Amino acid sequence: MKKRSYLALEGIEVGFPTKLGQFTALRDVDLEIQKGEFVALIGHSGCGKSTLLNVIAGLVKPSRGVVFLDNDVVDTPGPDRAVIFQDHSLLPWLTVEENVRLAVDKTRPKASKAERRDWVRHNLALVQMDHALAKRPSELSGGMKQRVGIARAIAMEPRVLLMDEPFGALDALTRASLQDAVMSIQAELNNTVVMITHDVDEAILLADRVVMMTNGPAATIGEEHVVTMARPRERLSAIDTTDYARARHAIVHFLHERYTNPLDRAA
Amino acid sequence: MPPAPQSLIETTAEALPVSVGAKPTSAKIFLLPKARMSNATASPPKPLHPAVEKLKSFAGSILPTLIMIIVLLLIWQVATDRPGAALPSPTRIWAESHEVIVDPFKGVEFGNGGLSIAEGGDVGVAGHIITSLKRVAVGYGLSAIIGVALGILIGQSVTAYRALDPLFQVLRTVPPLAWLPISLAVFQEAQPSAIFLIFITAIWPIILNTATGVQNIPSTYRNVAKVLSLNPLEYFTKIMLPATVPHMFTGLRIGVGMSWLAIVAAEMVQGGTGIGFFIWDSYNSSLLSDTIVALIWIGMVGFALDRLVAWIGRRVARTA
Repeated sequence: MKKRSYLALEGIEVGFPTKLGQFTALRDVDLEIQKGEFVALIGHSGCGKSTLLNVIAGLVKPSRGVVFLDNDVVDTPGPDRAVIFQDHSLLPWLTVEENVRLAVDKTRPKASKAERRDWVRHNLALVQMDHALAKRPSELSGGMKQRVGIARAIAMEPRVLLMDEPFGALDALTRASLQDAVMSIQAELNNTVVMITHDVDEAILLADRVVMMTNGPAATIGEEHVVTMARPRERLSAIDTTDYARARHAIVHFLHERYTNPLDRAA
Repeated sequence: MPPAPQSLIETTAEALPVSVGAKPTSAKIFLLPKARMSNATASPPKPLHPAVEKLKSFAGSILPTLIMIIVLLLIWQVATDRPGAALPSPTRIWAESHEVIVDPFKGVEFGNGGLSIAEGGDVGVAGHIITSLKRVAVGYGLSAIIGVALGILIGQSVTAYRALDPLFQVLRTVPPLAWLPISLAVFQEAQPSAIFLIFITAIWPIILNTATGVQNIPSTYRNVAKVLSLNPLEYFTKIMLPATVPHMFTGLRIGVGMSWLAIVAAEMVQGGTGIGFFIWDSYNSSLLSDTIVALIWIGMVGFALDRLVAWIGRRVARTA
């Protein structure tokens, strides 16, 4: 049997039927991700990044190709591939603690009540949200909501953590503080992460490898860049390194020279 | 054309000091009222006792309503205070229906672990209202349970929606009274057919609003449920019900109002007991004053029912 990587996407193709016939969003996507690796997927809007993430999550069924996780085929959603959604998608009728608790109850059914409670609080403490246990999502700022979203996902102890433009809806300063939070959590837990972003700096700062996608339709992986900066990374010192400049050069040239935004061409 | 940019620079260079000079003055103008305002807040009027403050704000909210009622009563009094007027004036109603107004609980006995209403027609308005409310409780209770269940069914399943929605859309436009002959024919008796009438009137908004609520559950909630691998029962109790509660209670609120409309209509035709019968009976006895008193009662009770369901909805939404 062929030796596969921890997370392996093989020949993924996703098509949707439309009024004008079959629309192919993704074609021939092959991606190998090692255990503990942090991969950022970057590309222009509409290139199918989210679709690819949803394929890994099991929320979208590929028309062709297979996703392997630790040599097992995965084709249905499950808590072993936790998703951090862009809009945080906390349930508004539950408190912060109850939102995380819902995930913990499902993933740790055998644990005692006290153990589950402690685990919920431990994970909320990791994202510095243990001060707002009884608050409802509507009482929190956007950044705080997303922190709870992160806590909910990592509390599930997923084999792969999927992040769908997690900070896309946040302002630049809040985004920076959440990126720092993700980096410190990642240093502690060393999860296998796939993150979608269209922020070049975010991709370089957080990821071990940046995977660049071509424009749709029939988008695929165009280029990959391994970010060689050592960890722990620090925002201020990182931007002056040659590694950072090299990564930035590669990604910006890919996005704005080889595969320019399809909307720019239209305009 | 080199001269053109030259002059442009010159004008902006001239304009610049002016605008810079203008800034502080405009800032001063803006600051002045602010400074006055902070002076004013520094010495506020003597604070009143909190209970007095509360009373004041309560009076402020209820006073316009009270004044409006008094004005309307005065207009009514002036317009009808003459012999041969079609409607009795407020003072005449007070005189003629004095007994009905001051003793609404005639024939109603509390105690012995419940309340009993005297047999026969000689019962106060409240007694009739209670009889009607009992019917509403049964009919509306049934329509709430079945309506929510059907709403969830057609909200959840596209096939069920296609099969049933056109039917519901047609049936919901049938007025309550139009159901009466069928209802009487099927049930033969007054009591069950009145309850059926309430049921069939109240159920449509409950079904349709619940279905809308289920259909509008955001897809991200569904995705959360999928990622967490919630089973159907968990999805139902933890996502669908709480997400649908606001829509559901919109339907339940419209439903309770409609059921109150239906009970009066049903009882007017069927007779016997209930507030609808009371109105019909007083009209037949040419006691228009009694009718007007009953009308006010019906309005108040309908209002109370609406508020009650709204209150329950808020409580459920908070705990769900």
